[in-house]
Amino acid sequence: MSPTDPLLTATSLRKSFGDNEVLKSIDLRIDAGQVVALVGPSGSGKTTVLRCLNGLETPDGGTVAFRGGPSVEFGGKVGKKEALSLRDRSAMVFQNYNLFPHMTVLENIIEGPVRVQRKSRKDAVENAERLLARVGLAAKRDDHPFNLSGGQQQRVGIVRALALQPDLLLFDEPTSALDPELVGEVLTVIKELAEEKWTMAIVTHELAFAREVADEVVFMDGGVVVEHGHPDQVLRDPREERTRRFVQRLLNPF
Amino acid sequence: MDWELLRTSFWPMVSGAVTGTIPLSIVSFLFGLALALVVALMRISGQPVLSGIARFYVSVIRGTPLLVQLFVIFYGLPSIGLTIDPWPSAIIAFSLNVAGYAAEILRSAILSVPKGQWEAGHTIGMSRTVTLRRVILPQAARVSVPPLSNTFISLVKDTSLASVILVTELFREAQQIAAFSQQFMLVYLEAAAIYWVICLVLSSGQSALEKRLDRYVAH
Repeated sequence: MSPTDPLLTATSLRKSFGDNEVLKSIDLRIDAGQVVALVGPSGSGKTTVLRCLNGLETPDGGTVAFRGGPSVEFGGKVGKKEALSLRDRSAMVFQNYNLFPHMTVLENIIEGPVRVQRKSRKDAVENAERLLARVGLAAKRDDHPFNLSGGQQQRVGIVRALALQPDLLLFDEPTSALDPELVGEVLTVIKELAEEKWTMAIVTHELAFAREVADEVVFMDGGVVVEHGHPDQVLRDPREERTRRFVQRLLNPF
Repeated sequence: MDWELLRTSFWPMVSGAVTGTIPLSIVSFLFGLALALVVALMRISGQPVLSGIARFYVSVIRGTPLLVQLFVIFYGLPSIGLTIDPWPSAIIAFSLNVAGYAAEILRSAILSVPKGQWEAGHTIGMSRTVTLRRVILPQAARVSVPPLSNTFISLVKDTSLASVILVTELFREAQQIAAFSQQFMLVYLEAAAIYWVICLVLSSGQSALEKRLDRYVAH
């Protein structure tokens, strides 16, 4: 692969849960430094796509390939191990934060670098403190997650993912569990990451936010990509009727 | 009231507790807990054979009296050529018994940890085993402290059954003193009082431990 190839290419991803076909042949490409927003009604499969990219779900078929590897072809006899190798390149920020409640903020962040990546504790702590300061949580390093607000917990969740220095950051509805007044502080952090050219895929219902930070919007419905393109085009002037209806519904809920 | 008998019988019984009841309880509990973890993990492994064996084990242990289990090991095994001394027999029986109950406690504690915690471990690159050890078990441990404490307190009382396979512990001391003095009521009530005090101490230890662990429980 050449350096101009996309950082990530997903081809013909398929996934069913029982009789429910959640993904029907999804194609997705993400260039380095690009922010891709995945939008669509609930049940459209956008979260499942994200989880497949991180090896949290094993697709029934299709391929997920990172530039420089790994490249995993699913279906047939793909072992769990190969799916897991995808995690070396990406890290997930969860809707419900999923911080480790028995660890302090700092311990949450250095767990991956120290236990998995075998970095020295000293370096990991320094890096964690630097990242915490960036999101305005330096003072919280020794607190336990349950002492933090939702917005603070999610910022720690983002730092935990950043500390792994992944090539691709995945956000699964990062603000959906937050009280409305806390959404802004999390979106601000994500926007700053976009300005720093982190490569990100974000599942979100915040269309205004998607329009502001995304380089590309992918609209999904019923397990397929209905349309994708520049945010202004997809969200302001959709080509497809389904996209138009979805955008209208979110803009005018009543 | 025979104060003199109360006094002279007190120290042999306390010594029976210190050299018999308490070490027997602690050693059996630790072995039992280790085995329980193995059984619990087999049970939730998702592999039909392993989880079938675990289910069978738990069913047999919980479905048969502890006294019968003790007799099978101490009096039964010699008839197939396997003779085990009283102490090891008691430790084996109590450990196997505790494991049957603790396995179910650990299983449900592990399952009570939200699925998102497994996923958070996986997304930072941890294998299943590392996630289990670093993320899941510490949280499961917190959930299982109250029921495991109850198991331990029951075990302390159950060790009195070891007297029937000739292990010298609190209750066997009491039986001997009672037989010798013919003061059954007094001696057995005294033994009961000592068990009660031990369990009171353990219960207060349990509440202290729970209070400590409560600080970091997931909401």
